[in-house]
Amino acid sequence: MLRLIGRRLLLMVPTLILASMLIFALAEVLPGDVARSILGPYATQEQVDLLNQRLGADRPVYERYVDWAGGFVTGDWGDSLLFDEAVLPLVMRSLGNSLLLAGFALVLIVPTSIAVGVFAGLRRDSLLDRGITVSTLSMTVIPEFVSGVVLLYVFAVWLKWLPVTALPPSGSPFVSRFYYLILPAIPLMLLELGYIARMARVGTVQVLAMPYIRTAVLKGLPRRRVIFGHMLRNAMVPTVTVIGTQIGWLIGGLVVVEVLFAYPGIGNIMVQAAKNKDLPLLEASVLMVAILYMVSNLIADIVVALLNPRIRMGG
Amino acid sequence: MSMPEHPLDPAGAAPAPGNAPPALDVRDLEVSFHRRGRALRVLKGVTMTIGQGEAYGLVGESGCGKTTLAMAAMRYLATNGTIDAGSVAVEGQDVSTLSEEALRKWRGGKISMVYQDPATALSPAMRIGDQLAEVFHYHEGMGKTEALERARESLRRVAIPDPDATLKRYPFELSGGQQQRVVIAMALAVDPQLLILDEPTTGLDATVEAEILDLIEELRGRINAAILLITHNLGLVARLCERVGVLYAGRLVEEGPARDVFTDPRHPYTMGLLRCVPRFGMNKTDAALQTIPGTLPALGEPLEGCVYSARCPMAKPVCTQHEPDFFAWPSDLGARAAAEAASKPPDPAAFSPHHANPVGESDRYARCYFSPEVPEMPHMTPVLATSLEARGAEGGNVLEIDTVRRTFKDGKKKLTAVADVSLDLRKGETFGLVGESGSGKTTLAKCVTGLLAPDAGTITFEAGELRPTAARRSQDALRAIQMVFQNPDSTLNPAWSTRSILTRAVRKLGGGKAGSVRAKVDKLSADVRVEPRFLMQRPTELSGGQKQRVAIARAFAGDPTLVICDEPASALDVSVQASILNLLVELQTNEKVSYVFISHDLAVVRYISDRIGVMYLAELIEVGGAEEVFNPPHHPYTEALLSSIPKLDFDSPRRRIALHGTMPSLSDPPSGCRFHTRCHRLLGDICKEQEPPFQESTTGHRYKCHIPPDELLAAQVADRPGPHAEAVAQATDAPGTDSADPQPAAS
Repeated sequence: MLRLIGRRLLLMVPTLILASMLIFALAEVLPGDVARSILGPYATQEQVDLLNQRLGADRPVYERYVDWAGGFVTGDWGDSLLFDEAVLPLVMRSLGNSLLLAGFALVLIVPTSIAVGVFAGLRRDSLLDRGITVSTLSMTVIPEFVSGVVLLYVFAVWLKWLPVTALPPSGSPFVSRFYYLILPAIPLMLLELGYIARMARVGTVQVLAMPYIRTAVLKGLPRRRVIFGHMLRNAMVPTVTVIGTQIGWLIGGLVVVEVLFAYPGIGNIMVQAAKNKDLPLLEASVLMVAILYMVSNLIADIVVALLNPRIRMGG
Repeated sequence: MSMPEHPLDPAGAAPAPGNAPPALDVRDLEVSFHRRGRALRVLKGVTMTIGQGEAYGLVGESGCGKTTLAMAAMRYLATNGTIDAGSVAVEGQDVSTLSEEALRKWRGGKISMVYQDPATALSPAMRIGDQLAEVFHYHEGMGKTEALERARESLRRVAIPDPDATLKRYPFELSGGQQQRVVIAMALAVDPQLLILDEPTTGLDATVEAEILDLIEELRGRINAAILLITHNLGLVARLCERVGVLYAGRLVEEGPARDVFTDPRHPYTMGLLRCVPRFGMNKTDAALQTIPGTLPALGEPLEGCVYSARCPMAKPVCTQHEPDFFAWPSDLGARAAAEAASKPPDPAAFSPHHANPVGESDRYARCYFSPEVPEMPHMTPVLATSLEARGAEGGNVLEIDTVRRTFKDGKKKLTAVADVSLDLRKGETFGLVGESGSGKTTLAKCVTGLLAPDAGTITFEAGELRPTAARRSQDALRAIQMVFQNPDSTLNPAWSTRSILTRAVRKLGGGKAGSVRAKVDKLSADVRVEPRFLMQRPTELSGGQKQRVAIARAFAGDPTLVICDEPASALDVSVQASILNLLVELQTNEKVSYVFISHDLAVVRYISDRIGVMYLAELIEVGGAEEVFNPPHHPYTEALLSSIPKLDFDSPRRRIALHGTMPSLSDPPSGCRFHTRCHRLLGDICKEQEPPFQESTTGHRYKCHIPPDELLAAQVADRPGPHAEAVAQATDAPGTDSADPQPAAS
């Protein structure tokens, strides 16, 4: 088991290097000139060149990459051109905000969708199963900006049950943040519920058809023991893998929801950095999202290994 | 004979058979499955009784309803299955009247079950100890420690080598034999009244199967349970059961003491089943296998008269008009004669009721008007003359394998799957390759076909050396060497029609113009007896036997010189298996092709092969003529393999050679002779230290062992069971008569 984790962690190093190169290269091909975008259209070409030189933007690409990557490892992430502050604390703060939102959404999504999916799978082909499948599927096809706007209007503007913003006023206790996050989390939940529930349902249906479930029933075990002791653990394997990939998306892909609710998360930051060609900020935040994506997949694989002794012991 | 040769319980205090309720009492049971609004009858008025402590075998081909009957007894039919009429009672208690909670207690408490595939019957992510302990917890309310202690005891009972370590293991860490022992331990945990064994050894290797049978036989002396054994293997029933019932299309067609039914069948279906299994010692040059014409009627197909009349070689008009009753044999002869004369159903009052009493005055029944004529049932397949000479097999070798070696990597371990194997195959010959799983048979075959490249050694085909992989071989070499696989489902493209599959094969392998391609496809399908109407259908619409015929036609599309058959009939029912084997023999006679025939079924290999090679742990340990290899003197491993086949043999005492331990790992094979860790004829240190030479017997076959042929012959003949050991040694190959005499072995 430890060997499995160790090997996977080692494997992350080349992946990360490749990802950082890709991110750096993509940022390079963004149109526009760094100094020009800082100084604006009225600066003279000499001024622009001077700034470029000072920023090091005129050096060859690989030199700048090594510089940047080295700085990233040592914690020197540079300064944001846009916000005029060090990138590291800014990215970490936004990431913390996004993690809070994603984590809160996950806490809502995972138990609900698994329960719904398993429930449907246990009553396969019943009216209830079909009802669940149709309703969760139709929720999935509604884009989050549509459901977000509707929810915002109904619950915040019209009914006034929930706040319009996603952040409480400064000075409020930490717990109150969750109250403010309910509204942004719901569109995410609607989106993910159908997907994860379907995986849970398929896993349940497949495992219920396995001979060992028949063995468990025919050795006289109570139904709940068959479900919780023999079925669930094996049925959850594909679902856990899917959740792993969704975590990555929930953290880095929340651009729309964060913008809609004006939430200072990493998605929001990335959009602004891209729009304004704030390369140090953009590169660092994209790379952090990539790392989180890898970590969440690793965690999913570890959970799968915990569920499946064969993978766990195979090493 | 229906009641015990075995004591009913350890104390030997048998309850009086007349008074105690039977362990299983099935009456007029009708079960249907519902598909698209139609009710398809699976079981039709089945009545059977298993007395307490009795072992009853239920046989019949797949789709006859055997497992459905067991599931009805467990009240665990599929959600679309219903019991339409009749009752199932265990120890006098009707299963259908139980409450949910009582049913739960009943399952695993009163009835328990052992399944076909132990690898999938055990929960994959739970330790063996927990899986066993939960039975004690939920049935006897034990706490964790006590339940685990009982689990340990139950593992001891089934002779698991290291019970303490096994408790902590997961199913995938155990061998197939040990997994099945665990399943048996689980089934016997709460001392059930009825133990259902559903194909308990199908899919296990021959020597493992024999171990499990020994265990079941040994347990029978110590448990109270009656046994319902469901199997297609008649040899298993002969070995374990007192009584047998033959099920066909949901009807019980014959029932009686196992010995009587198998030695003197009185229903044409039973006779057909017995005749289509190659009896051990039988060879294709002696007789063609008998087959059962036609196929099993589809579920729900309306049947007039006798369910078997459409396939019965003895059917007369009355058979298709009125369904015969379950007549007692021979006491109901008068009623039948009258019915036949009048061509009408006999008066119900004139025959003995079936199972008025589980052990009544008559104990044999057959659902046939013409039981007296069954022993003379006409033969359906002509005898084929297929001697090696007739096949023109005298000229030279078609294939020479010279010290071929193939290894695989498993992590850091190196597994040698084929270790320096050399053998020759003559033109027009069938070479049988036998050995248990992991012995290297299939790897060797893949090296010949070029699917795998050997690490060392050469393969010479028709005087030219073959390149190691198929990609580098000439079109002609590819055409000349073809393969037929075990499972036609996964080898034929399901999206294509049969005709497209064959057309493509003819184009790829044979070439030729469009008109000649079409003619060739028609000829091929005629040769393998696939009717033209099936050519337009896709493989999924064909039966298993038809699919395998198409797969064989595909292999023959380019007029091959060598066809490698890897378990071509193992997944098929016995009657279909017989027709496929006959087809292969016939194609060989007509096409002058050579076969390498891989199978774990020794009777089948013996039947179809001219020469045989035995593999053990990646090595070829014995090679020679089919008759020589299967008779002493032969390698101790071959001797043990042969002794492990359950035979339809009631008279000669059996002596099974139990091999020590389990199959060693391929990554670390034993020193000296690879078989020494398990050998029952171990000489001493020489076996551990020196690799044995190939010894040549007087009959010209070779085996790899330190014991010289004369000593080996003396020892093996002396150990043969029965008073006339030497006579038996000489006579085993004599062609037998066709009816079921006490020699045959089932697959």
